[in-house]
Amino acid sequence: MTTLTESALDPRDAVYDFEVPAGEPWLHELRKGQVLRILDLMGNQAVDTLFYNLHDPAERYSATDTIRAQGNIYLTTGSRLLSSEGNLMLTIVADTCGRHDTLGGACAAESNQVRYALEKRPMHNCRDNYLLALAESPYDMGKRDLTSNINFFMNVPVTPEGGLTFEDGISDAGKYVELRAEMDLIVLVSNCPQLNNPCNAYNPTPARMLIWDAAPN
Amino acid sequence: MGTETTLHDVVHRELLPGARNWSFVLRRGYTLRLTDHKGGANCSALFFNAHEKLERYNMADTLKAQHTARLTKGHVCYSDMGRILVSIVEDTCGWHDPIGGISDAALVKAKYGEARYQEHRNAFHRNGRELFLIELGKWGLGRRDLVPCINFFSKVTVDEAGDMGFVPGNSVAGDFVDLRAEMDTLVVLNTCPHPLDPYAAWAPRPVDLTIHKAAPVAEDDVCLNACPENRRGFANTAIYHCQH
Repeated sequence: MTTLTESALDPRDAVYDFEVPAGEPWLHELRKGQVLRILDLMGNQAVDTLFYNLHDPAERYSATDTIRAQGNIYLTTGSRLLSSEGNLMLTIVADTCGRHDTLGGACAAESNQVRYALEKRPMHNCRDNYLLALAESPYDMGKRDLTSNINFFMNVPVTPEGGLTFEDGISDAGKYVELRAEMDLIVLVSNCPQLNNPCNAYNPTPARMLIWDAAPN
Repeated sequence: MGTETTLHDVVHRELLPGARNWSFVLRRGYTLRLTDHKGGANCSALFFNAHEKLERYNMADTLKAQHTARLTKGHVCYSDMGRILVSIVEDTCGWHDPIGGISDAALVKAKYGEARYQEHRNAFHRNGRELFLIELGKWGLGRRDLVPCINFFSKVTVDEAGDMGFVPGNSVAGDFVDLRAEMDTLVVLNTCPHPLDPYAAWAPRPVDLTIHKAAPVAEDDVCLNACPENRRGFANTAIYHCQH
């Protein structure tokens, strides 16, 4: 059962508004109380996302702690994204897509070789985006900090028998997910360039990032 | 019930008690047998390239390459570099959990109550996260290296709605799983109870560790032939060894 929740926030009030081109990284800080909307502009675009505590990046989003605590592998409105220390990092406050993947991870040159063909190594991929974004960042971070990410808008169903597949997306043009930061964060995104499976409907497209400041009390 | 087979060329045996930690380098060409000593064990494991610990077991790459959310005989454990750290060449259990994660201090205290060293000495309550951090620390590793692990002997299913369920009784005394190292692999283990195990009492179970010499990987190897992805994974691993 999926419940869709729309947001009351107006894009004209956003303090930040940026379109991440297809296949590119995006690294940004988010302050406690701010709300981030990730908008799937053209539909079926996987947005591979990691979160870190801005003041202690060794504390980061933990896929296993998050899904174990909520007892469900998919993310949607109300999901509490937990850190590797068991702390609340973000809450999903709106979601018009319905569910988001926690298990599929990010594509890499090396995983593409295994999954598709040894000759696929030269294709652009999410982990290249992550590595470059971190290398050029002011943070002392790198490959060691790449852990299991969230794939917003991506559909990776698990069967009761333990099967796992990448399916056509359930997102569509204009669908979005909105997250409230519960601590100061670094957000690391790869707007997925994968062309070998249906996670982007074989057509990577831009994603729009909007940020609102915390509502005044 | 597992069937104990006679192992040749055993180089090491030990019993890892419940809720304890250990780590060691499993050399390429050796197999680690984990045996559930009493039944109901959980053995959480992380794997690293022993020579370049930036290369490590990757849950997502392992699952999506083999289209699975459970691990058993025929599956392999992929690193984030498209190579195979260990292969699951034998398994009497049928399901090992790669998604449930580990317990932490707050979870253990909430579930089993507080039991500190000061009052309980070595029977105090330990948790998966702290035992992993202790063991990782021995190799210069730490919080940044604490990635999703494999919970051997534990079974967690996912229904159509995505809800996760722990299945008790997945492993009985004598069940075992054989992990053959395809690269020199740093193996990091702890035997704390699975975080989703509903059993209310604190009763961590021991696991037998046996390391023996493996036969060379044959052309009809169960892991090599399980899927085209694994054949490419073995090819990548062979390329890596030619470079050394």
